[in-house]
Amino acid sequence: MSNFPWLTTIGVIPLIGAVVVMLLPRSKGLLAKQLALVFSLIALGMTIAMALQFDADVTDPFQFSESASWIPALGISYSVGVDGIGLVLIGLAATLVPVVILAGWHDVDEELGSVKGYFALILVLQTLMIGVFAATDVFLFYVFFEAMLVPIYFLIGRYGGPQRAYAAVKFLIYSLVGGLFMLASLIGLYVVSGRQLGEGTFDFLSLVGLEMDSTTQRLLFLGFFFAFAIKAPLFPFHTWLPDAAKESTPGTAVLLIGVLDKVGTFGMIRYLLPIFPEASQFYAPVVIAMAVIGILYGALVALGQNDMKRLFAYSSMSHFGFIALGIFVFTNIGMSGSVLYMVAHGLSTAAVFLVAGFLMARRGGSSLISDYGGISKVAPVLAGFLLFAALSSLALPGLASFLGEFMVLLGTFQIYPWVAVVATLGIVFTAAYVLRFYQRTATGPVPAAYAPGSAHPMTDVKAREVTALAPLVLLTIVLGVFPTPALDVINPAVEWTQQTLGVVDPPPQIDTPGGGQ
Amino acid sequence: MNPENYIILSGLLFTIGALGVMIRRNAIVVFMSIELMLNAANLAFVSFARINGTLDGQVVAFFVMIVAAAEVVVGLAIIVTIFRTRRSASIDEPNLLKY
Amino acid sequence: MIGTGAVVAQTAPLLAPLNAATGIFQYIWVLIALPLAGAIILLTTGSLLKRWGHIIGVATVGVSAILGIIMLLEMMGRSADDRAFGQTAFTWVFAGQFDVDVAFQLDQLSMVFVLLITIVGTLIHIYSIGYMAHDPDRKRFFGFLNLFIAAMLLLVLADNYLLLYVGWEGVGLASYLLIGFWQYKNSAAAAAKKAFVINRVGDVGLSLAIMLMFVTFGSVTFSSVFANAGEASDSTLTWIGLLLLLAAAGKSAQFPLQAWLLDAMEGPTPVSALIHAATMVTAGVYLIVRSNAIYDRTVFAATAVVVVGVITMIIGAIIGSAKDDIKKALAGSTMSQIGYMVLAAGLGPIGYVFAIFHLLTHGVFKANLFLSAGSVMHGMNNGVNMRRFGALRAAMIITFGAFTAGYLAIIGIPPFSGFYSKDKIIHAAFEQSNIVGIAGVLAAGITGFYMTRMIVMTFFGKARWEDDAHPHESPPVMTIPLIILGFGSAFTGMALVYWGDIETWLTPVTGLEERELAIPTVVLEMLTLATVLVGVGVAIWIYRRSVPIEPPQKVSVLTVAARQNMFDDAINDVVAVRPTWYTARFLVWFDNRAVDGFVNGLAAAVGGVSGRLRRIQTGFTRTYALVMVIGVLAVLTALGLVMLP
Repeated sequence: MSNFPWLTTIGVIPLIGAVVVMLLPRSKGLLAKQLALVFSLIALGMTIAMALQFDADVTDPFQFSESASWIPALGISYSVGVDGIGLVLIGLAATLVPVVILAGWHDVDEELGSVKGYFALILVLQTLMIGVFAATDVFLFYVFFEAMLVPIYFLIGRYGGPQRAYAAVKFLIYSLVGGLFMLASLIGLYVVSGRQLGEGTFDFLSLVGLEMDSTTQRLLFLGFFFAFAIKAPLFPFHTWLPDAAKESTPGTAVLLIGVLDKVGTFGMIRYLLPIFPEASQFYAPVVIAMAVIGILYGALVALGQNDMKRLFAYSSMSHFGFIALGIFVFTNIGMSGSVLYMVAHGLSTAAVFLVAGFLMARRGGSSLISDYGGISKVAPVLAGFLLFAALSSLALPGLASFLGEFMVLLGTFQIYPWVAVVATLGIVFTAAYVLRFYQRTATGPVPAAYAPGSAHPMTDVKAREVTALAPLVLLTIVLGVFPTPALDVINPAVEWTQQTLGVVDPPPQIDTPGGGQ
Repeated sequence: MNPENYIILSGLLFTIGALGVMIRRNAIVVFMSIELMLNAANLAFVSFARINGTLDGQVVAFFVMIVAAAEVVVGLAIIVTIFRTRRSASIDEPNLLKY
Repeated sequence: MIGTGAVVAQTAPLLAPLNAATGIFQYIWVLIALPLAGAIILLTTGSLLKRWGHIIGVATVGVSAILGIIMLLEMMGRSADDRAFGQTAFTWVFAGQFDVDVAFQLDQLSMVFVLLITIVGTLIHIYSIGYMAHDPDRKRFFGFLNLFIAAMLLLVLADNYLLLYVGWEGVGLASYLLIGFWQYKNSAAAAAKKAFVINRVGDVGLSLAIMLMFVTFGSVTFSSVFANAGEASDSTLTWIGLLLLLAAAGKSAQFPLQAWLLDAMEGPTPVSALIHAATMVTAGVYLIVRSNAIYDRTVFAATAVVVVGVITMIIGAIIGSAKDDIKKALAGSTMSQIGYMVLAAGLGPIGYVFAIFHLLTHGVFKANLFLSAGSVMHGMNNGVNMRRFGALRAAMIITFGAFTAGYLAIIGIPPFSGFYSKDKIIHAAFEQSNIVGIAGVLAAGITGFYMTRMIVMTFFGKARWEDDAHPHESPPVMTIPLIILGFGSAFTGMALVYWGDIETWLTPVTGLEERELAIPTVVLEMLTLATVLVGVGVAIWIYRRSVPIEPPQKVSVLTVAARQNMFDDAINDVVAVRPTWYTARFLVWFDNRAVDGFVNGLAAAVGGVSGRLRRIQTGFTRTYALVMVIGVLAVLTALGLVMLP
């Protein structure tokens, strides 16, 4: 089965699912949901099967590579393949989609819009997410990168809250502006590669070896960086995120922040660092400054939010600061930590937004924190999940996000101790806003609006909701206690990236036989 | 007879048509002026074909006629619809799409 | 710091490699796994097993305690350099040079902690069966207690700082859950949050210390950090020492991070006993003593530890003297006693052993005192105001007996256990510096005062009970642990000195140093005892007659400050909470107006320009046609101009 086109197959399955779902008659909403779930589970199963065959010891940067000519005149090909980083992120996407479908079972009803459309869009999005993480042709990456906007635009714009049109357009314009700069850089890369290799190409590995003078490199870097910084989002390009997160359905928010935004940081580590090593080093201080500001800024703004979805959008911004920080300190520990943190953050964000969604579904859709209180009294299990999600978000040691965050800080400390000191202060603010949120929603007296005996008493979790959350909880714990399976595949990819950059980790100050083991 | 005269005639007809489109308000008349312009172009095509001794121009003239016929169908349909709803065939009145 | 005495005897800590865990020591992980499994079962099974929840909770911790005792006996049978064991479970996290295992280390220091945690923990568990009997969430309570024990065991059994951090934060989480156990009370939820956030400030210290250690030594295991500590620069060691002190201050409620401790009384009383006696607050002392290889080499950081310890010792004692809430008075006492331990730990090899010694005796008698206080509350409708107690000795004789044993132990009357451990610390303090020594004696005197005040107000004098109070003795499931702990309070000190020989036991881990002292030991003991008796006498004199039910308002400035916990909330508010909150509010405004305002302004500007431009679309078809013709003509003209010449 070594030549089996794994990635294409995994990518196409949800697309077939989307077509099938769309072909159903409008009245078959339930069947649409069930089919969507089945297709996403097939894709998940295939992803797991692929991941099991991934060989961490192979020296090739990419595995499961496929290539087919697409637009030969421009050197564009359909080439896909994964390294460890792409693999874990595809795994994340494949895990979150069935979870979101299951959790969002009642997110949309016929009054809001077509039910089958919602689930078909999610499946289309999954295809594109897998494509964007698997592409090894930069143009193909760009196509997926931009195409992702289409389903997410409709997911926000058709199925979101009252301000959905504003949020969707804001998101779209932000992303398109970023994509435009990226396109310009992409063309630049093509021209440069044409000049140097005789024939222009978009093949990632050919572009890695490209020698550019520093001005060209820096300009092209900026184009890509702009797109990724908006996507991630880094301070100060973040203001679309709170609006988008607030207006979209919980499921959309999970996919948007949990997976789509990771494309930004994934792009940094996959494309910026290897293709523009010199420019990356040149701009690293700027990016690090943006990241650290983002960490503290996001946490502090989150502290002042009254809306739970906006709160966790700012919280994500703070966490993306950590991820970008880990990438741009160029240490093995920091980068591996960043990738681990991407996965952990995907899981914790998913948990947070889904629990928030469950709460909102019980409270007539309000996401105002002041509308809640005392949940632990009326719905203890739901409050337990909420607490777990909150703790996962504040990087409690023993959970996956802790390892990611700590490795990022450690990797930063190796190069810039004072930056790490400042960033570490973020963990106090994180604790403050996360626990303040939990205190205001889950503890204290129960509001009359949903007290037992009132018109709409708060109910505890249903089996479907537990089923959706359980995998997130388990994965968060497993990756926090035993992250070896993930680190085994992430580390070689990170080391390869470090090689292309030409940097090595600084040795410990005291190198004794006893140390370093 | 000198084929160039046909070219001049074609130019005159085209100018009349263009002026008609710009000056007249009645949609039917504007429409007729457009037809006039199309036929002026046809005349030019045929004349040039004659001058150059090829059939290309004549072939294109047939295409233009077909396009013109199709256009009449669609155009008249639009005009009739607008007339029915607005009781007027003035082309200045339907301005819902402005700005 | 200037030592006042010449060194008499000195023993350096053994840095022998850890033995492979064989025999009974293969099961080190079971010590943690049992309570953890109990916690998982209790917390995930919902209403299943509801009637058996407390049995599971007690059994798992109890078996851990038995296993710990077996290990202790096995360990005692071995020679002193053969008592440390290491066990690697699996590789935890690795990237580049960073490679940390989930690995455990059981040596003499961990051993005494394991015993303290599991034995006192078991007694508190048993007591909780009765104390929480009427709480509908008793099963959850036991789950949290088990989690607490498991985290604390992980903390003391980890063989590297990163794994210790997991236990460290696990303890913080468990305390958060337990302090906020009665979450429907706003005060409980707020107290829990406060404890966690202040602990997080300490965690910053621990995180940074671990990072600095890794960058310096390339490893975060105890063995390699300590083995190479001598080669690190002074400034590095000082920084590590100060950062670890910050961590310890957070967890052990030391100045300036002490504010959470008094609020933490919002939790059920067994929780207070667990936090104050066997777990949580002792973690900071453990961390400092465990890192003795660092502190031995940095005078500055060690001095900082002493200063923090002395300050906390004094303010804790003063707060304890002014509180009318029996639990808060005891909490002030805990601060003060932990201050003693931190002080001792800061003294270096002359103090480590005694810090741990006092920690052990304190663990027993403070558990005793808290559980006795809980028993009093149990009989008094959960009242905590000592002004509404009085004359309770007849109504609850067993509780009174246990409390008295704890009382005599904490004020240090020979031969009760506090006498041995506290005097050793005061002795060591005088070896180092007279000022510190005098502070220790002074604090002992205040201890005598506030404890006497507490016992007099609660058990003696006239009954000042609320009208509906019907004091009664607690059920046996609560009193039996009290009796055990009462005997423990009486004899732990003696047992550890004469039978256990705690000094020799711990020396291989901590090292030991004795200095010659200008004042003879007996004189010192007499001096301390006399000061304590003065404190006791003053308290009896003041409270000998009636105690007003309303707290008097005409009191000294010190009492006002002490009632306000030395204004720690106000100080935190000014220094940290308000600035953070105002910054957050400003940034929210800034984000909405400035950052997003800029973006939306840009959008509005584009919209405005296009709004003007669209006026060109007049809607007159003929205008469009005219423009088109002009355009065509312009293009033709331009082409002509280019082509013709």
